[in-house]
Amino acid sequence: MVSEIISAASVIAAAVAVGFAGLGPGIGQGNAAGQAVEGIARQPEAEGKIRGTLLLSLAFMESLTIYGLVVALSLLFANPFVGA
Amino acid sequence: MNKKFLILEDLKNGELITMNTFLLSKIEVGSHLYVNFGENLHLHGETVFVSSFVIALLTLFLVLGTSNLQKVPGTLQNVAEVIYELVKSVALTQMGPSYYSQFLPFVATIFLFVLGSNWSGALIPWKLIEIPEGELAAPTNDINTTACLAILTSLTYFSAGLKIKGLGYFARYVKPSVFLLPINVIEDFIKPLSLNFRLFGNILADELVVAVLVSLVPIIVPVPVMVLGLFASSVQALIFATLAAAYIGEVIE
Repeated sequence: MVSEIISAASVIAAAVAVGFAGLGPGIGQGNAAGQAVEGIARQPEAEGKIRGTLLLSLAFMESLTIYGLVVALSLLFANPFVGA
Repeated sequence: MNKKFLILEDLKNGELITMNTFLLSKIEVGSHLYVNFGENLHLHGETVFVSSFVIALLTLFLVLGTSNLQKVPGTLQNVAEVIYELVKSVALTQMGPSYYSQFLPFVATIFLFVLGSNWSGALIPWKLIEIPEGELAAPTNDINTTACLAILTSLTYFSAGLKIKGLGYFARYVKPSVFLLPINVIEDFIKPLSLNFRLFGNILADELVVAVLVSLVPIIVPVPVMVLGLFASSVQALIFATLAAAYIGEVIE
């Protein structure tokens, strides 16, 4: 009984982890991409540099989502609270 | 539902150990082909095999690309030069002109190995080869590989700091003020942890997305996602190298 509750709670926790981990970085990436487009529109000759920096910073923000994903995956596949 | 892919707990002596795994639409997460040497040494067979394959491939490419150098470069030499320029610019911007050449080999090795292993999972049709347990895939989707790379990075920046600054290196921990000491110490543990999880999570997520899409629609539809995965994994390799260089640069500045 207890283990079923833990399993159910883990699944919900995994969903919440991925969902909320997507929220913040989504806003951040939108901001960054918007600013980058603005920068390119203002100064088209700097496009290459802006693109490189944008991709790098997008990947950094992406990694926050990935932390949430890692937590969710470990809850689903390697749950330390279930069983022995 | 007892699935552990980090720690092997129930050992049986002298035989391949099959782990209890969870099947998500024919995708196995955390099942490995265990190769046992003695009591306490166990290797993830598929990870070791694919990473040695990648290392052999990279060595072959670098030997062929840098032997017989021409004024007008051929294809392989061109690729090698592009990679060298990229890694050199990363190291130069992060570490400054006076020290970058000492750590350029480390950064380049990290970059090439991560790039090679990320791409090997997507570009080489490993699924054609059946192995008894687990499946052949990118070595970086095993957390042990990325943990090893992250710990190597940590050791490198420690030794770089000690070598270049001597004992003055430890002054870094009480800057800008003494009561930040615990945070500075914790940071040393956070850095390898975040490097580790970033690479592992990204590559595992890539492969999971592709595998789920393949199990839903086997043709055409997964291809754009695979291309996106190739791009994302090359960016991850660049990020790992950039961060390794940045951590070293931060210590020796």
